[in-house]
Amino acid sequence: MSTAVKAQAALISADARPASGAWAADARADAASRLAAMGLPTRRDEYWKWTRPDSLISAEPASADVFDNQGETLVFHDIDRLKLVFVDGVFDADASDALDGEGLEIERLSMAATKDIHWAKDLYGVLETAGQTPVQRPLAVYNSAMATDGVVIRVTKTPTRPVSLIYRHEDPVSDVILHHVIRVEEGASLTLLENGAAAARFNQVTEVDVAKGAQFHHVRAQGRDHDRQAVTHIFARVDAESVFKSFTMTVNGKLTRNECVIDIIGDEAVAHIAGAALGDGAESEFHHDDTVFITHDAVACESRQVFKKVLKNGAKGVFQGKILVKPDAQKTDGYQKSQSLLLDDDASFQAKPELEIYADDVICSHGSTTGAIDEEALFYLRSRGVPTPIATDLLVLAFLADAIEEIEDEDIAAEITGRLDAWLTRRRG
Amino acid sequence: MLKINNLHVKLEEEDKQILKGVDLEVPAGKVHAIMGPNGSGKSTLSYVLSGRDGYEVTKGDATLDGEELLDMEPEERAAAGLFLAFQYPVEIPGVGNMTFLRTAVNAQRKARGEAEMSAADFLKFIRAKAKDLKIDADMLKRPVNVGFSGGEKKRNEILQMAMLEPKMCILDETDSGLDVDAMKLVSEGVNALRDEGRSFLVITHYQRLLDHIKPDVVHIMAAGRIIKSGGPELALEVEHNGYADILAEIDA
Repeated sequence: MSTAVKAQAALISADARPASGAWAADARADAASRLAAMGLPTRRDEYWKWTRPDSLISAEPASADVFDNQGETLVFHDIDRLKLVFVDGVFDADASDALDGEGLEIERLSMAATKDIHWAKDLYGVLETAGQTPVQRPLAVYNSAMATDGVVIRVTKTPTRPVSLIYRHEDPVSDVILHHVIRVEEGASLTLLENGAAAARFNQVTEVDVAKGAQFHHVRAQGRDHDRQAVTHIFARVDAESVFKSFTMTVNGKLTRNECVIDIIGDEAVAHIAGAALGDGAESEFHHDDTVFITHDAVACESRQVFKKVLKNGAKGVFQGKILVKPDAQKTDGYQKSQSLLLDDDASFQAKPELEIYADDVICSHGSTTGAIDEEALFYLRSRGVPTPIATDLLVLAFLADAIEEIEDEDIAAEITGRLDAWLTRRRG
Repeated sequence: MLKINNLHVKLEEEDKQILKGVDLEVPAGKVHAIMGPNGSGKSTLSYVLSGRDGYEVTKGDATLDGEELLDMEPEERAAAGLFLAFQYPVEIPGVGNMTFLRTAVNAQRKARGEAEMSAADFLKFIRAKAKDLKIDADMLKRPVNVGFSGGEKKRNEILQMAMLEPKMCILDETDSGLDVDAMKLVSEGVNALRDEGRSFLVITHYQRLLDHIKPDVVHIMAAGRIIKSGGPELALEVEHNGYADILAEIDA
């Protein structure tokens, strides 16, 4: 029996799923039966053409050594934030701040799930289910069925500080499934920060409902543990005049698949998603996949995708991005940019940009490029006395700049740039 | 300061000889100009001296203060005191002009075993230099040369020169694309840097730049060689009669 089949067999058994109250039990049973019908991804699936799902669905995760931070402060250290800490997926109350804040209702999913009635019922697995058409995302369904914990956040105002989810990884063979549900109510605003590897293998789903005129800002720094694997899904529903912005920084990591599915359902909404990935295959494998699906189903909305990857020593990058503009989504402004900078001949980048447009009054464009360091610029810098490695890194940071510019908060953007700079500097020795 | 001895250079890609035995010496504190028709090898000379890829030195050598230039990497040449003001300064999106200059200044200091300049000292230093060249704060913040006018790019080159304080400055057609006012500003910037320990090699098509930057010696270059050298009056002769007379004189 293959591991995939075993995994599926375990899933349809209710015993395998976390204990739940009525609403959560229903949602999980529904997910399990959907998964049984759908099956796990295979190498033959078109959507998994460039990223092999095998190690994400094997019965046990491959071991991943815990990254030694060498006394370095953690990402976002200097940002005032409400910290929630998970250690290998287990909530650490002592290391976390109290679960409250102005305009915030925060609960752990494991608590919310035991109740018989909860507002999260209208979102948990619901946005995920909506995101299964037209493309199936079985690992997210698997998550909805099996997630052991996560956070459930309702935002009614604009909290004074960001909510920060910190995922510590201590057990070299941990296999963690977390699921977050976030609702930003009308006119409210939330900044969500995430950092850390979480586990040897991490499956994360975040469902975000951004109500009319609300704002959701998300900045994520994925874990630097070299052998960690992660599959993440963001399912967002973006209503009228609201703003959704998500940025992800990825350095290191053997396998990362970040899917983002955004449904724009209200007029004049804005959705931006960006990523900066730096991969050096010298120390361990690096495979990074950004898969994005944005649906415009309202008038005069703007979407932006800005994905940048810098790859060397056999590092691999994948981008699958689609903009779907429904017939009534007139005045859509959709833009998609995915670029990779290959620092040597061993690195590779695969891209599949897609536009599917049924409205006639739209501006949509995409640009996908793969290139090397600009030799002219490099010589110019060197002629001013900047040694080649430093000049190269300056050009790398410059290449990543327009993805980082998608982060609205200047302090957070500076923090991300600083981390990227530090990563590059360490590699120069 | 700069000594070029029987320099032969060909293009790496094609078997085409560009420099065919250049001999030139620029003593410390002097300004030498090189004039010559298109395709004479003037720009190639500047690129070879600064270490650009794509050229192969087949014979001869070049030294800066006695150090063999052609064995060094471009960044080592810069740290040794060589500076090339580009004919076409390169645009570098995403790299702030200020970051670029601070990185360059400190890299050169480090290479020479000197302490790096503090952020505050650097800011003071660059503001003073920028003011002289009428470069405003906005131009310092913008990405290197991106969206700069032709004049702004050339002023930015001179700013870099002023910040890096090289011993040997090569100006490759710095006057190209400049209007009269911009040429005056750039020339003033260069003249302010004239010093007994600093030499200049000014490459130009036109005599008018030499009205502003007065050379000590003028060389005429043609077909990959220096064919005639003389005082500033040589530039005037070219301006009046073109290169034809000089070329004919040599051929005869």
